[in-house]
Amino acid sequence: MNFEQVIKEVNAVFVDVLDDESVKLARETTAKDVEDWDSLTHIQLVVAIEKRFKIKFTAEEIQKFKNVGEMCDCLLKKVVH
Amino acid sequence: MSDFSFQSLKKNLKRDFGDRKLVTLALLGDSATQLLATALRGHGYEVGLDLRVHEADYSQIEAQVLNRSSELHALASDFVALFYSTPKLKAAFGKLSTQERAGFADAHLAKIALLYETLQQAGSSKVLCFNYLESDDNVFGQFANKLDHSFRYQLRKINLGLMDLGRKYGSFFVVDLAALQAQYGTEFVVDHKIRVTSDMLFSLDFLPIIAKSTLDLVLASSGKFNKALVLDLDNTVWGGVIGDDGLENIQIGQLGLGKVFTELQQWAKELKERGIILAVCSKNTEAIAKLPFESHPEMVLRLGDIAVFVANWDNKVDNIRFIQSTLNIGFDSMVFVDDNPVERESVKRFLPEVTVPDLPEDPAEYLPFLSRLNLFETATWSENDGQRTLQYQEEANRKVFESSFFDEDDFLRQLTMVSTVGPFDDYNTPRVAQLIQRSNQFNLRTVRYTEDDIRKVASSSRHRGLSFTLKDKFGDHGLISNVILEAHSYEGRKALFIDTWVMSCRVLKRGMERFVLAELVAVARAEGAAAIVGEYVPTKKNALVKDHYASLGFSPVDDQWVLELDGYEPKPNFIARIAADSVRAAPRANTNESTQRSTL
Repeated sequence: MNFEQVIKEVNAVFVDVLDDESVKLARETTAKDVEDWDSLTHIQLVVAIEKRFKIKFTAEEIQKFKNVGEMCDCLLKKVVH
Repeated sequence: MSDFSFQSLKKNLKRDFGDRKLVTLALLGDSATQLLATALRGHGYEVGLDLRVHEADYSQIEAQVLNRSSELHALASDFVALFYSTPKLKAAFGKLSTQERAGFADAHLAKIALLYETLQQAGSSKVLCFNYLESDDNVFGQFANKLDHSFRYQLRKINLGLMDLGRKYGSFFVVDLAALQAQYGTEFVVDHKIRVTSDMLFSLDFLPIIAKSTLDLVLASSGKFNKALVLDLDNTVWGGVIGDDGLENIQIGQLGLGKVFTELQQWAKELKERGIILAVCSKNTEAIAKLPFESHPEMVLRLGDIAVFVANWDNKVDNIRFIQSTLNIGFDSMVFVDDNPVERESVKRFLPEVTVPDLPEDPAEYLPFLSRLNLFETATWSENDGQRTLQYQEEANRKVFESSFFDEDDFLRQLTMVSTVGPFDDYNTPRVAQLIQRSNQFNLRTVRYTEDDIRKVASSSRHRGLSFTLKDKFGDHGLISNVILEAHSYEGRKALFIDTWVMSCRVLKRGMERFVLAELVAVARAEGAAAIVGEYVPTKKNALVKDHYASLGFSPVDDQWVLELDGYEPKPNFIARIAADSVRAAPRANTNESTQRSTL
């Protein structure tokens, strides 16, 4: 998997969880840029991504993500190629 | 077990709740509860409730409850849910000395009792208290079981103590988190990462399950719960097909997978003894279907356990309709268990209100699956419940009997009916509350009272509670009707208002309503009232009593019904009256009753 594939899958998860077809994620996207992405939906997003990619984030990781790009980089390291 | 994901429950919040029943619940937690609140409201949508969840500010449980001018008290919600979490409990425990730790559970339980009593004094909210997830800190290892100052010991003591509070307080119910934890495992229930980062205890996948358990209690105490279990026979109650395999070869007890079916039967039998009505609905020749019940030595269920036994070759939809009309209960209080998916489908399609669990294919999974569904939640129980089957069997006999008589008065007369009339007291309070909770059809105003409420009515000077039993030549129905009267005035004169009038549908068409009215008239006259005022509040289920007051001779005035007592002659009935005091040697019955009567 490469970054583009990962962010595409993550985008699909966002669309599903936020119930919003218009979500368009990029490397620099942050919670501020996406409607309804608050601390509560953040939990849902994290759990849904974990399930989709069959990986686990650590508590530290989910607190440190500054933007979507960092989350996807972290994911890339965890998924089996 | 839940059929829904958190995601789907959350999506429900955007839907139109239509005419779903409005219920309010205040959620007080010592950790973050937003997602739990979402799951509760979302699950409410699935079970016909417009549940409005009010979340108190974070960690404000005591402040909200003990301060009478708090937002919580202003809300006066139907339910208050208390959710203390194990991590917070552990933190509080950790600050104590060894000596203080040994008394930790008692102090905590005393606090919860205080919260409950404060809530009850302020209003009539029912309290749903979550018990505690077990913690596995292993500071003392399993030696903790031998130490009263270990956290494990104190936590279990609290969980047991909450059960005792439930026994003591009629409106205190335990949401059994610990039982769910045992079923699903801590790793499923708790998401440690979420807890650490956002102070939310439960995993997202567990939220729908805890929401269902909570709402099972809400529904049961709102009068919505299952009353009857309808069982298929072949490959459900025993393994194999009785008509094909014969008595010796059906699997039960020692034979083949017999153990599975024996255990299922034991479950059904225990339900029956608890007061759930059992019925059989099987495609079979009746005599053959009854054979195992009569003569298989290893059958747990016997014919005496089955209130209505239907075995024929007609379709099951019609047969379940027949069972429903014989039992006179709602389709939405029936559970139908059948291994055949086609039969299940037809029932789901034509009788959508009936609960039809999709049994797993492997019979070994039947019982664990059915148990997990928690199909038979209840908010009340009394020892008489176990006799219900017998009463329904008697009713079935009466049905046959009834059809052979054309003259209704004559039929009623030869039933030799006797009713015992009395106030609400310690003996009948559980049954009174239960009848008020259970009655959906013959219920004029559908106000649900708990045992505690009934005690308040019994001691109120403005109210009078009346209970009625009925016995006839076929058997004793027990307590079958209650009325709560309230002192009122009508056109400047003294009057009695019928706050509650409920009756079990098992005794419909007996003239019981006339008998009860005659009693109300006697009470009213003794009190010097000039009129009796009644009210019919329509619900989806009580159309049965739409014309109740009209048929008894009340006149419509605005939205109410009025019976002028001057010159009123009660209509005849065929029920003999006995006063409760004369049958029950109850010394306390007389203590404050005379004062009550005079001040009503």
